[in-house]
Amino acid sequence: MSAVRKTTRQPSPDEELHELAETITHQLKQGLSVSRLFNKVLDVSSGDIHSAGVKPITFIRQVIAGCLYPSLLDGDDFPPDVQSRAQTLLSQCDGNSIGSYTDSSGLAYVRNNVAKFLSLRDGGIPSSPEHIFITCGSQRGLMSVMTILCQSEGRSAVLIPDPAPHTLTRILERVGLVPLPYRLQEQDGWSLERAELQRVIQTSRKHCCPRAIYISNPGNPTGHIQSRESIETVIRFAAEENLFLLVDEIYQNTLLVKDQEFVSYKRVLVEMGDPYHDRVQMTSFHSLSNGIMGECGLRAGYMELVNVDEALLLYTEVVLTGDINTPVSGQIALDVMVDPPRPGDASYDLYIQEVLSRMSTLRSNMSRAVNFMNDLSGFTCSSVQSGIYIYPHLSLPHTAHTQSAGLCYCRGLLEDQGVCVGLNECKNEDHTDSHTCFYLRITMSDVDTTHLSRDLSRVICQMRREGRAKNIQPHLCQIIHVIPVSNAGRRVLDASVHPRVNVAVVWSRARVLSVVSPFLARVGER
Amino acid sequence: MSFLRETSLVTKNAFLSEKDVLLRRAAQITAEIQQGERKGYKEVLDLSSGDLHSGGIKPITFVRQVLAACFYPALLQDDSLPLDVTQRANSLLKECAGGSVGSYTDSSGMAKIKHCVSQFISRRDGGVPSSPENIFLTSGSQQALMIMLKLLFQNEDSCQTGVLIPVPSYPFFNVAAVSQGVVMQPYRLCEELGWTLQVEELRRALREGKRTCNPMALYICNPGNPTGHVQSRESIEEVIEFAAEERLLLLVDEVYQNCIYGEGTEYYSYKKVLSEMDSTISSAVEMASFNSASKGFMGECGLRGGYMELVNFDPAVLDYIHKLFNTESCTVVAGQIALDLMADPPKPGDPSFLIFSEEVESIKKMIRKNSHRTQKVLDELPGISCQPLKGGFFVFPRLHFPQKAIKCAKDREMEPDMLYCLHLLEETGLHVRPGCEYGQKTDTYHIRLCLATREEIMEDVLQRLKTFHMLFLKEFS
Repeated sequence: MSAVRKTTRQPSPDEELHELAETITHQLKQGLSVSRLFNKVLDVSSGDIHSAGVKPITFIRQVIAGCLYPSLLDGDDFPPDVQSRAQTLLSQCDGNSIGSYTDSSGLAYVRNNVAKFLSLRDGGIPSSPEHIFITCGSQRGLMSVMTILCQSEGRSAVLIPDPAPHTLTRILERVGLVPLPYRLQEQDGWSLERAELQRVIQTSRKHCCPRAIYISNPGNPTGHIQSRESIETVIRFAAEENLFLLVDEIYQNTLLVKDQEFVSYKRVLVEMGDPYHDRVQMTSFHSLSNGIMGECGLRAGYMELVNVDEALLLYTEVVLTGDINTPVSGQIALDVMVDPPRPGDASYDLYIQEVLSRMSTLRSNMSRAVNFMNDLSGFTCSSVQSGIYIYPHLSLPHTAHTQSAGLCYCRGLLEDQGVCVGLNECKNEDHTDSHTCFYLRITMSDVDTTHLSRDLSRVICQMRREGRAKNIQPHLCQIIHVIPVSNAGRRVLDASVHPRVNVAVVWSRARVLSVVSPFLARVGER
Repeated sequence: MSFLRETSLVTKNAFLSEKDVLLRRAAQITAEIQQGERKGYKEVLDLSSGDLHSGGIKPITFVRQVLAACFYPALLQDDSLPLDVTQRANSLLKECAGGSVGSYTDSSGMAKIKHCVSQFISRRDGGVPSSPENIFLTSGSQQALMIMLKLLFQNEDSCQTGVLIPVPSYPFFNVAAVSQGVVMQPYRLCEELGWTLQVEELRRALREGKRTCNPMALYICNPGNPTGHVQSRESIEEVIEFAAEERLLLLVDEVYQNCIYGEGTEYYSYKKVLSEMDSTISSAVEMASFNSASKGFMGECGLRGGYMELVNFDPAVLDYIHKLFNTESCTVVAGQIALDLMADPPKPGDPSFLIFSEEVESIKKMIRKNSHRTQKVLDELPGISCQPLKGGFFVFPRLHFPQKAIKCAKDREMEPDMLYCLHLLEETGLHVRPGCEYGQKTDTYHIRLCLATREEIMEDVLQRLKTFHMLFLKEFS
């Protein structure tokens, strides 16, 4: 008998898909059994852009390398601003080494810089380093704050958006908080309705104690950005219902629509004045795992606590002391995130070029992908204002499978095409008599555009497979081939697409995308 | 409005109180010195934590070269780095998705590194097999300990789970246990016999524990923190037999396994000893052992690299643990890489071997010398006694206070060893930790000093301590 008891937990659809992806990867590595159309599983379900081939920002990696191996700072390997930044950061570490322990809330120097960054971002609104805590990724920060919220009597609960970040329900489970989903209105650009918040909180009070409301802005996975009015509505609601605000603002620097502005919850709160600005309690979160830096493997983020008393600050420190410490390499990357190279700095040109190029590719990929999904039969996809996910809705005729249609579809996509996407099941009331529906979550940060079109073509093939299985005539499909911005001339679609799919070949000169739709069986011209 | 209606008092008070006072005062004094205030000393000497690099020791060159190249692969293109560094960096980057240390890895750690760690363990134990399936990479050993505690808590009994914990012990574990809702049941280490583990004491603690909770695990720290004790083979066998009898899960913290310096002291890993015992025991006793890159010659506390190896766990439980890991992101890649380098360092013939072995040898020699020197100085002082030091980073001498000192402390509402530490800090700038933070037998008092610092600093420390101690005894005699 085991001293450690076994417990069973229902795996979420995402977890089931990941397990399957791992099994298939293992089989491929061992060269086992089933022959497949692919030799590698492509995971586009999480926000890991480096795994998709996006390169790290040079300045960040140079500074970290310099801090790791300071001998590099003596020679010509690095530009002067890298050298001085690394030296400054090292001087803040005990023994001048990033191998030393830091305070569990993070290096004071970095916390100071985060405070300056926040103040600058929010038009000069003061931010204090004592209210800023560096955590091992934003999730750990969120868990720490949620742990504190659980301390009160009664069954604590949190209002969460629907759809929510895919890791959120597991976090709530671990901490012991009841989730109370409030639906976002897709038809209104995924907006938040006061009436819906009211409905949720009123029904919840019968069986639990709502303590907080979780917001994702910019939205994960929907990509929507709240207007100032919407933010004010939420703040008023939180004030009236005595709720703590938990605001995930991780994609704040990944804005896809020209002239679209992001305004932080803190700024809106402070600018609302009395009686809200010093009453409503809030924590906002940011991390390295964002759309530009994508340094998920470095594990660092920060949180800012607003309008909380000394006791809560102290308690947060205590909780963090007993939690996983943030690796110093991550804290350094955070410092660069909040204080990047400025015009005139030696690294500025390269830095800004890398950031702009990344954003421009992301914008272009996103809009193509949204249009493409909308053209696929069964799919609808809202436009995306920020972040790195598209969140298309798929409606399929009822299946005879005992599994959910969504899981069935995604498992098929994984087994047949080797693509792992994220899955969000719809509520029962969303299905119709004849169709069931669900949402897919797909990361669209591929820089290598041949991969993008290959991914999307795989989705078509999957649809075709489903269509054949259900005796549904396939619709005309188009594959959009995106031309890398820097290249001119013809590009050819890789002819590995299933021959029965109707293929459009796109010819283009630099920056011009045109769609031609002949019926072609195969394309092989070079 | 405040959300703190019922906070866990133990967590809030116990951990911060002592550390905070000393830490704050140490920071204040440093600031005062910087502003030109005159004291009897030029700077505060911090021996309060087991942080090798903060003690002025340089990191291992090979480790930092490989890490720098992994973070900034452009460095691999010129010839400035030794061949074995570039080869290692290339082979690690190949295993990273997108060739970047910024990508997520498998949640329990990169397969290549787990494999490397399993081979390291097997080599260490003279060929006892070790499988990567049983190895999980974590953010330092701290995270691994927290996960095991969390697992122990995962049952629906109305009775709380308990863990037997040594006194004195490493405070983080106590805090983690409390925060995971696990009850601590202390067992005393026997100071008079060199801080050994006595099985009768384990039995007593277990009996005691059964009255208030459901003790399910036994936590051991070998080499000991703060005691510096290294268990003999017989002692380990006794403990394993006890765990087998009482069906306890063994949680064995072996982070100081690379730091053994006692004359004639041999280190045995729990796994090796277990494997050589009777098959009814070797295949039955469940065990989790922990190690990290934060201690020993690596000293890379800030990189956060640790692992745990699970032995004799039910496959269903292992499966559950994998699933638990899957619900969270992997541990930081830099830390995982540090583990690879710790488990598979340069070998004779490799270009980096000479420098590497010199650096490691110099650290080991330094700690050995510091331990000898410290014992010698302490032996000559009245009112301080010290058990023989065998391994680890710390010395935990006992202070024999005159009655007047004890009374003075009581009047100021603090523990006598805390009073001693505060005075020590004020008057000599030496920052050490009081024994009350680690747990000690009633009416005994200790301090803990770190030995992992440069020899000249250690000498300075010992002189300051000696001077202060004599004055303290005089003042309170």
